[in-house]
Amino acid sequence: MSNILVYALHYEGAFNKNSLGAVAEASRLAGELGGEAHAVVVGEGISDELAGALGKYGAKKVYKAEGPEGLAGPVIDTLGKLFDGGDYEYAVFGGGLLGFEIGAGLAARIDAGVTMEVTGVNVVDGKLAAERPILGDSSISTSRYKGKGIIIARLNAFEVKETGDGDAPVEAITTELSTQAQQANIVTRGEQRGADVDIEGASILVAGGRGLGKAEGFELCDDLAKAFGNNAAVAATRAVVDAGWYPYAAQIGQTGKTVAPKLYLAAGISGAIQHKVGMQASENIVAINKDANAPIFEFSDLGIVGDLNKILPKLTEAVKARKG
Amino acid sequence: MKIAVLVKEVPDAAVQKRIDPSSGRLDRSGEKNLNPYDTHAIEAAMQIKEGGAVEVDEIVAVTMGPESAVRALHKAVSLGADRSVHLSDAALAGSDVAATGYALAQVLKRESPDLVLLGQQSDDGECYTIGAVVAEYLGQPSLTQVIKLDIAGTELTCERQAEYGYDTVKVTLPAVISVGDAINEPRYPSLKAIMGAKKKPLETVSVGDAEIDASKVGADGSNVKCGDFKAPPSKSAGTIIEDDDTDDTVAKIVAWLDERKLLA
Repeated sequence: MSNILVYALHYEGAFNKNSLGAVAEASRLAGELGGEAHAVVVGEGISDELAGALGKYGAKKVYKAEGPEGLAGPVIDTLGKLFDGGDYEYAVFGGGLLGFEIGAGLAARIDAGVTMEVTGVNVVDGKLAAERPILGDSSISTSRYKGKGIIIARLNAFEVKETGDGDAPVEAITTELSTQAQQANIVTRGEQRGADVDIEGASILVAGGRGLGKAEGFELCDDLAKAFGNNAAVAATRAVVDAGWYPYAAQIGQTGKTVAPKLYLAAGISGAIQHKVGMQASENIVAINKDANAPIFEFSDLGIVGDLNKILPKLTEAVKARKG
Repeated sequence: MKIAVLVKEVPDAAVQKRIDPSSGRLDRSGEKNLNPYDTHAIEAAMQIKEGGAVEVDEIVAVTMGPESAVRALHKAVSLGADRSVHLSDAALAGSDVAATGYALAQVLKRESPDLVLLGQQSDDGECYTIGAVVAEYLGQPSLTQVIKLDIAGTELTCERQAEYGYDTVKVTLPAVISVGDAINEPRYPSLKAIMGAKKKPLETVSVGDAEIDASKVGADGSNVKCGDFKAPPSKSAGTIIEDDDTDDTVAKIVAWLDERKLLA
C-alpha cells in the first residue's frame, strides 16, 4: 500500500517540467516508504519510448492510457481506476492547472485528503506529511492524511532530478470514460496569442503589470529593456496578458513561464502568489510600485515606492548613459 | 435554466490574517467581505441572464459558513442573484476542502441547477480546487480559470489559460465552472439593490436539511489534518526607497545595479 502514483502532463512530445519534478519527488518519497513511484500518462498515440523515459526520473513503471489530452476528466478516470486496484496510498502532482483540477477531483473520487500549493513533503512515522505555506506565505502548515493523500505541488517546488536507472517498463491500460469526462471536449489546446517572445533566455527581464495602466504603458518597459541591451527582454503578468496588453509568450507565473534571470525588474506588479512562483528564483529582484503595501516588496531586494511613469523614463536614460 | 453561484465570505484583504493558536484554524474575526473572485462569477451569471442566448429563470447564491456569512449572500443578491441559500451548521466547522465540497454538493443537489459558477480561488484558503471537488460529487464536468464563457442551448464554449497557452473547451451542461478575474468587470450594486438585498428570500439550511452525512464533514470527518504551524525560512528584508526626488531615486537604483555588476 505504500506505492505512489504520479500524473505526468505532456504536450507535443515533451513532458511538463513540473511533472518531471513530481516524478522525481514521488520516487524519493516512495523509496523512503518502502514502495515504488508509478507514473501515469494519458494522451493520443503516446509512444512507449516517450512514456518509458519517465524511468530516468525514478518511475519504476509507467501506465499509458489512450484518451483526450489537456482535460482533467480522463486523467481522473484513469487514476481512480488505478487507486481501485488497491496498491496506492498517495498521488503526487506538479503544480499547474491540471494538477489542481485533477488532484482535487481525484480526492473526491477516491475519498482522499488533498493539499495544494505544497512546497515540501516529508515521511513522518511511515506516512507522508505535506508542507504548505499559508496566510500569504507568512506561515507554513503541515498536512497529515487519515488515509489516502493527494499532494499538489506549488510550481517549481520539486526539483527535476535524473535519479532513475533508465527507461521504465510501460503498461498500456484502457480507461472507460465516465459520463462527466465525456461532457468536456477540447476544441483547441495551447493556442499562442501575439508575437513570440523569448523571456527564458534573457539575463535581464523588465516585467510589467497592471500598474502600467494601459497597453501603451509597456513602451516604458520596452525602452528600459532596450537600454539594457541584447540580453534583456520584457515580461508580463497574467492580468495584463489577459487584458491583451502583451502576448502570452511573455507571461510569468502559475499559467505562464518560470524564469530565473540575473535581474528581474518588476514595474507596476503587486506580486500575487501566482506571479511570485514564476520569478522568485531570480538572482536580484527590483520592484517599482506606488502601493507601499504591495506584497512584492516583501520579497524584492530593492523596492521603490513611487510612480513608474516618472521613474522608468529617467532610469532608462541613466542606463543608456551608463551603457554608453 | 437555473444558475447557482457559490460564494464565500473571506477576511478583507487589508486585514492581517493569522492562525488562532487554540484551534489551529484560521482566525476569521475582523472585517469580512465577499471573496472578490466570486463577484466575477455573479457577473458572469448576470451576463448569461441578460445576454438572451438562453432563458435564465433564476440565479441562486449559495454559501457555507457561520452566521456572519449571510453578509456575503446579501452582497451577492445586491449584485444580481435572485435569492440565496446559507448552509450553516456547527457540525461543519473544521471541514477540509473535500468535506466542504461534499457538503456544498449536497445543497446543490436540492437545487439541481443547470450551471454552477464560482470564483477560481478564495482570498483566504484553498486555491483552484473547490470547483473540481463539487463537480466530482455532483458527477459533472468541471473547468477552472475560465476567462471567456459563451452559452448556446446546453453547450458552453469556455476559454481558459492553461499550461501551454489558451485552451478552448466545449462543455455540456450541467457543469461546474470556476472563473478568473479576467472574465469580466463586475458591476457596482445600485443603492436600491443594496437596500433591497435583505428582503430577497434567504433560506438557512442545516446538515440534516441537505441530507449531509455528518460523519463526512467537520474536523472529524475530514481526511486532512493541519497543524505544526511554523515560520517560513526567513529572507533578509530588501532595501526600500520612497521616491521623493526622482533624480536621486534613479541615481540610487543605478548605484545598486552597479554594485551587483548588472550594468556591465
